[in-house]
Amino acid sequence: MSIPHGLLALLDQRPMYGYQLRAEFERATGATWPLNIGQVYTTLTRLERDGQVAGQATDQEGRQRYEITDAGRETLRAWFTKPVTLGDRPRDELAIKLALAALSPGLDVQSVVQHQRVATMQRLQELTRLKRDAPTPSAEDLAWTLVLDNLRYMAEAELRWLDHCEGTLARARPATAPPTGHLDSDATSDLTADPTTQETLR
Amino acid sequence: MTTTRALSLLGVDRIHGAGNSAVHALRGLTIEVSAGELVAVMGPSGSGKSTLLNLAGGLDRATAGQVLVDGVELGELDPKALARLRRHKVGYVFQDFNLIPSLTAAENVALPLELDGVRSRPARQRALLALDEVGLADLADRLPQDMSGGQQQRVAIARAVVGERSLILADEPTGALDSETGEQVMRLLRARCAQGVAALLVTHDAGHAAWADRVVFLRDGAAVDDTGSTSGPESLLHEAAR
Repeated sequence: MSIPHGLLALLDQRPMYGYQLRAEFERATGATWPLNIGQVYTTLTRLERDGQVAGQATDQEGRQRYEITDAGRETLRAWFTKPVTLGDRPRDELAIKLALAALSPGLDVQSVVQHQRVATMQRLQELTRLKRDAPTPSAEDLAWTLVLDNLRYMAEAELRWLDHCEGTLARARPATAPPTGHLDSDATSDLTADPTTQETLR
Repeated sequence: MTTTRALSLLGVDRIHGAGNSAVHALRGLTIEVSAGELVAVMGPSGSGKSTLLNLAGGLDRATAGQVLVDGVELGELDPKALARLRRHKVGYVFQDFNLIPSLTAAENVALPLELDGVRSRPARQRALLALDEVGLADLADRLPQDMSGGQQQRVAIARAVVGERSLILADEPTGALDSETGEQVMRLLRARCAQGVAALLVTHDAGHAAWADRVVFLRDGAAVDDTGSTSGPESLLHEAAR
């Protein structure tokens, strides 16, 4: 998540104080990306240094509002029009975990899949509960609604993918077969032949 | 006590055929649904979902174990009593709605009441009330063919709950609907449960299953997990730990 771009997008609406930015950010994204006030001020300082925002004159209480500059708007527009690529996202630990689990002798991979499935379904139920309780989103909550739907669809996709993994695993290595402790697949031999890899997985 | 449960399957086996060709559709399955609860069942094809619904609705009999609806054990009822219990207590919702095409929405909803001996006037009045609750009062005299899929499914839900029925059995009720209409159907099922009806829902759609209070995962005729219960990862490394 790009905090600088998030703050620029909020400041593009109107000048705001740091604490306002934090509140607006949380309202737009729910509790998905909690932001502490320290992060907000650190980011604002950096954006000001880079000419993306400008601090306004402090008021009587010593508070300062920030406004977006033309350069900041330019940055923001570029950000919105640039598609998010795979490199921008963190690597998915689950995909890596399952890939490695499939190589790990003696591990009941079906059970790994099932535990994840239950956890993901529980998350999907919680997200659905949030949606259920807010049937008609107001204009103000629109941003959060979009984020919430994104999280629901991601969870659904993960469940579909887990079903698919399970089917693939069942065909490749039937659950009833006793674990051999050996490899029966050429494709995996490079990785698991390495004793250190096996050690870590155990 | 089982009396508070709208539906209990206790250690149920269902074996089709015998000898070498015997197929274990269900193996020692235990599932309980309380009044006011919406429970979804998920599982791959062949995991026993349809058999489960058929047993819960008294359309099929368990080979072993007990099936109770509102505390009444179905295995102890003669066919006539079973049919009566089905009409009184159990409502069905199917993927393809199963409305009678030549009857209007109100007539479809009133039908189970009339079959049960309610006279046509009071039956229609109760049907209209049920249609009103699913937001279709205006379409009461419309034929199924003149309604959208979502509207037809809402009629089917009204039909499933009309009267004093305490249990809804839903087989892929959102399967033929787009995602948004499916969500409306789930909202409606939830609303009925909030009024004290119990519902057991079989679905492939995780997004719709997530509307349930609990999701039970079926595998090879047995419940392997339940999102209502917390299960730890202890079993995960049982082989590797040796």
